[in-house]
Amino acid sequence: MKLRIYRPVIACVVLVVLLQVVLSATGAIYYMTQVTMAAYYALVVIGLCLLMGYAGQVSLGHAGFFAIGGYTSGALTTCNLFAYRDTSLVSWFRSAGLVLEWQDIYGADIVSFSPWVALGVALILTGLIAFLIGLPVIRLKGQYLAMATLGFGLIIYRVVLGVHVFGQADGISNVPPFRLMDGLEVNGRPSFRVQNYYIAWAVVMVAMVLAINLVHSRVGRALRSIHQSEEAAHSLGINTYRYKLATFVLSALFAAVGGVLLTHYNGSIGPSEVTVIKSIRYVTIVAVGGMANLWGVLLMGIILNFLSLRGVFGTYDDAVFGAILIAIMLFAPDGLLRMPQLRALSSLLSRRLHG
Amino acid sequence: MNLPQIVQYCLSGITVGSIYAIVAVGFNIIYNTTGIINFAQGEFLIVGAMTAISLCRIVPLPVAIVLAVLVTTLLGGLVEIVFIRRVSNASVLRLIVITIGISIIIREAMLHIWDEKVRSMPYFTGTAISSIPILGAYISPQVLWVLGVSSIIVTGLTLFFRFTLTGRAMRACADDRMAARLCGINDRWMVTLSFMLSAGIGALAGCVISPVTQTQYDMGAPLAIKGFTVAIIGGLGNSMASVAAGLFLGLTEAFMMSQFEVAYKEAISIVILLLILMFRPSGIFTRREVSDLRTL
Amino acid sequence: MGKQFTRILSVLVVGFVLGSSGCKKSNEAPPLKVGAIFAVTGGASFLGAPEAKTAEMFVDKINRAGGINGWKMELIVKDSGGKPENAISLAKQLIDEEKVLAIIGPSTSGETMAIKNICQEGKTILLSCAAAEDIVNPVASYVFKTPQKDSDAVRWIYKTMKEKGISKVGVITSNDGFGVAGSAQLAKLAPDNGITIAISEAYDKQETDLTGVITKLKGQDVQAVINWSIVPAQSLVAKNMKQIGLDVPLFQSHGFGNIKYVQAGGEAANGTIFPCGRLLVAEVLPNNHPQKAVLVEYKKDYEGRYKEDTSTFGGHAYDALLILTEAIKKAKSGDRDKIRDAIENLKGVVGTAGVFNFSSADHNGLALDAFEMLTVKDGKFAIYEK
Repeated sequence: MKLRIYRPVIACVVLVVLLQVVLSATGAIYYMTQVTMAAYYALVVIGLCLLMGYAGQVSLGHAGFFAIGGYTSGALTTCNLFAYRDTSLVSWFRSAGLVLEWQDIYGADIVSFSPWVALGVALILTGLIAFLIGLPVIRLKGQYLAMATLGFGLIIYRVVLGVHVFGQADGISNVPPFRLMDGLEVNGRPSFRVQNYYIAWAVVMVAMVLAINLVHSRVGRALRSIHQSEEAAHSLGINTYRYKLATFVLSALFAAVGGVLLTHYNGSIGPSEVTVIKSIRYVTIVAVGGMANLWGVLLMGIILNFLSLRGVFGTYDDAVFGAILIAIMLFAPDGLLRMPQLRALSSLLSRRLHG
Repeated sequence: MNLPQIVQYCLSGITVGSIYAIVAVGFNIIYNTTGIINFAQGEFLIVGAMTAISLCRIVPLPVAIVLAVLVTTLLGGLVEIVFIRRVSNASVLRLIVITIGISIIIREAMLHIWDEKVRSMPYFTGTAISSIPILGAYISPQVLWVLGVSSIIVTGLTLFFRFTLTGRAMRACADDRMAARLCGINDRWMVTLSFMLSAGIGALAGCVISPVTQTQYDMGAPLAIKGFTVAIIGGLGNSMASVAAGLFLGLTEAFMMSQFEVAYKEAISIVILLLILMFRPSGIFTRREVSDLRTL
Repeated sequence: MGKQFTRILSVLVVGFVLGSSGCKKSNEAPPLKVGAIFAVTGGASFLGAPEAKTAEMFVDKINRAGGINGWKMELIVKDSGGKPENAISLAKQLIDEEKVLAIIGPSTSGETMAIKNICQEGKTILLSCAAAEDIVNPVASYVFKTPQKDSDAVRWIYKTMKEKGISKVGVITSNDGFGVAGSAQLAKLAPDNGITIAISEAYDKQETDLTGVITKLKGQDVQAVINWSIVPAQSLVAKNMKQIGLDVPLFQSHGFGNIKYVQAGGEAANGTIFPCGRLLVAEVLPNNHPQKAVLVEYKKDYEGRYKEDTSTFGGHAYDALLILTEAIKKAKSGDRDKIRDAIENLKGVVGTAGVFNFSSADHNGLALDAFEMLTVKDGKFAIYEK
């Protein structure tokens, strides 16, 4: 494995640390909040990039996987078993360390599942659902696949909107922080800000390393050949179906992790995370970043979500995403960083510099 | 349930079903000519309705509708020329994404032109409380208008596509664009025409359903989703099948509502959609070669 | 590789500069900074848009009159689009960066619940314009809400029904936060008030035709229908009921708070009975009514400035700012803890939704008398007479 492919990772880590130092020094530490939130959303688009850019499959329902992760974790960590704490099942949970006993900020006693358990359940559930949905649906072509994933996203939306345990229209709030180990917590409080910034970026870097490994491995090469020409890949003996399904499930898991961690960071989750608009935003970000350009997608994900969360686009938020989407599709289909004009500009600059 | 109840549920199902069908018919026109699923179809309905509502204050109702249809038709053509034409050889993924972007832009433009309030067209005949008794059940006269207009549109389109030269030319483009070009058909103009036709029909549909469903700037997307659910259930590209599928879905929803909790109604259409996509993607009423729909 | 790196760096810098444009720095004598998070666009825009307009109008008026105790007020309005995750990010911005002393809004219960803990821990006063009982129960010391209680609205409806001799009703609610909360209250209070709910159904808030649901009600021979939802379903229910011949009284919730919903319903809206704040009938109130002056003035100012009809929703923002400014006047200080204490001690503050009386246990301040039973006569709002 050539180590050269990890150079961007090192560069990114350096940039991340630099950013934190700069922000802390200038007292603008509060920007980290939006960067952290954007980093968790970026997990979704990294997975989606693998699916759309490398495996060539469209998914208009990826917010659904984010929601499965977030809602499962939210529901398990807020369901109060205090009243049942002496029953045999719950006592067993307590002895096995699967539940936590804590008090919320109003002083009420809560017995709920530990976030690690919730994370595990969320991942298993997401993987299972992605697998079951993917089995029949991955076979479909272009628009049929798009419609099926759209339908999947809508079903998840209806479920969280209708089921009482998921808080229905108001969502789940009072989600406790996620204690990773002593002193490290996924928590939205101001005192944990720098810590959470690094936790989020650590998770993103792990995801990127995984993704890069995948792309440069046999699987990645198989995926790229499928994307180029499915018939040719198939004739070479590549089991296209299995690779596409595996990528679909993997991208779903990435989204679920993002969902779990953001839910704990925000302390809540709502049906607005599962709308068609959210899924379309993820697709927009992948398209703008350059369908198969992992770093471009990460960068665009951070920037666009950062700006959107800060309210920079004001009442034109959705319009901006729509406009960017169209502009990129028309003028820079390979993503912003590979725009022909940009390329021309940089080659001009490099000629000036070196010539 | 006694007879009037059953009839009432049927009428309710037919009302809703015809709304779905009329959106689906608009999709099929563009799909038939270009193979694109136009996610912005729902917006055409709303633009047409909003324009007509604004014009209604200045000109009589029929004139307002005609003008609204014209304006929206031009919008459809504009959309095609500015956006779709540039990417005529793009992948399915790219086209889907572009039409999604277009629908967002149109919707946000409507928000800023017309604001977020709910409006509706005046009833074509009668008022908000008129109702016509049928077999012990009651229906608003506007629903008959919806049914009537849908039937005329579907019949008109079927005749257009089967018997006129332009209609046949559009179908030829869908079958094989290169071959159509070789026959001297101006395929680029056919694509523009399909968008214009689709937009115009959408606008007319939007106007006629507006008194029933009321109109708000963001109603385009849910209508579009229901519309292409119905189009896929019937079979993409087949307008008659869309109508049948629309009525089928509407009646199914109405009867599910009568037996179970209303809260699950929305899930029904999505579940049917997913089942169809998984097991019979060509749709209930259409046969198509499996290789067209599935990959390896 | 190097090229890519430079490109990435430059895009990052541009993005950063753009993003930091939301941050203000000021070196002059500090005005009182108040933040506001409203759903100006998105699904709850019928709440957020009038609220934002009202808030701006209120603060302008205060500043033109010279401020409170000489302090000017600076209002920072943010649009959350109705999304809780945006509300969280904006709340943190307002609390950490702008260091506002209070936040007005958000417009919906979901958003409020998402930022309740953040405001409490950030010691920032939150005056929510959303209706859920959870917002003030359990009580968080910095969190208040201005809309009336859903349970009081339900009590009024049931009281009026008993007077009309109605005991068997059909309930239909929308599936958004407001509808779900209403449905729960209706079910909870029915037995004690002698009302039997023969059937209770929830429909989707985006529903375009409700004849199916109403047919189901028709089959149960109900004596009245209660619809608990917001626009556009309210007018749709009224029309569909008349169109399919369900000729029983229709009761609505206090979400029916704008004349536009009456207009959308046409003749079908006539005869609707609902509890509401008195803003909608401000002109016909007796002159000695404590709220009349405030209501008439608000209506005149709003309609004069924005050329559109007032709604009770904008009134919640008015009340929130009114409570804040009254508390500041009472505390004679810009210190947030003193102001918070002052709010809890406010009594008899006349707002648009009613007369507010706070206490440390009651962070809403409104009681049963905040509502008036209204009806629609000839396309206009009127006070309901038995």
